[in-house]
Amino acid sequence: MKSAVILFPGINRENDMARALKMASGKTPEMIWHTETELPRGLDLIVIPGGFSYGDYLRCGAIAARSPVMRAVAGAAGRGVKVLGVCNGFQILTETGLLPGALMRNAGLRFVCETVELSVENAATFFTSTVKKGDVLPCPVAHHDGNYFAGAETIKRLEGEGRVVFRYANGTNPNGSINDIAGIINEAGNVIGMMPHPEDRVEALHGGAECAPLFHSIAGEAVA
Amino acid sequence: MKATVRIMLKTGVLDPQGKAIEHALAALGFSGAGEVRQGKLITLELDETDPDRAREKVREMCEKLLANTVIEDYEIGIGE
Repeated sequence: MKSAVILFPGINRENDMARALKMASGKTPEMIWHTETELPRGLDLIVIPGGFSYGDYLRCGAIAARSPVMRAVAGAAGRGVKVLGVCNGFQILTETGLLPGALMRNAGLRFVCETVELSVENAATFFTSTVKKGDVLPCPVAHHDGNYFAGAETIKRLEGEGRVVFRYANGTNPNGSINDIAGIINEAGNVIGMMPHPEDRVEALHGGAECAPLFHSIAGEAVA
Repeated sequence: MKATVRIMLKTGVLDPQGKAIEHALAALGFSGAGEVRQGKLITLELDETDPDRAREKVREMCEKLLANTVIEDYEIGIGE
């Protein structure tokens, strides 16, 4: 699996992500700086990791979404390359329009840093093919703006088309997200965004490896 | 030419920061203040002398960057 991790000033979760990708696939991802206008050839996967790009100025992800490398990412996504955005990466994907909706300030106003329970709602995606629908995985969250919002029509479509991939389960919604939505996929099925950090639940040192299968899903898909 | 952009969350979109301010006002004894909403004000100086062209330019800035029209409305002021 050939993967790339996109870096913006203020991103800080890239090393955890790179480690999780390496553990699952055996290959170290390339790190791509935001000023690049072209991506390496033959990528199977592009990951936009978490952090606080551009200090969350204006709106979370807004400035990063307009940077040169995101035009290349959008082009690759259009050609079917898989894209995963976690936390700030999810915010950046909604700001670029690659995913619908927006991530708003947490309903409780507080920065949340805790472990939530994540239920798998769609097990037919490139990130969930090795887990089952209804599986509940513990997964860390750390964000201030994770309150997913979209218009009623968009929510209806997402729900109707099975495009909610992850939901906060058992009353662990930490941010007021509509319908407990924690992660979604685009219409074409190759772009996923999620607020929780599965890359931080992949080995014993993290307190458990329950989210490791998600990364095996990607690695397996890319090989297949 | 000066321009201002006033950005507010759309009506119907929950504004937790506005709510927190409302509660703080009530706690300070300011009764009767409701529907508190918080927004952003952006000011800029344009090298443009025609108000219509200036407004159009700022509108484009709003659509491309300054506002997220999924959740926000914007209002443009030109001149002064």
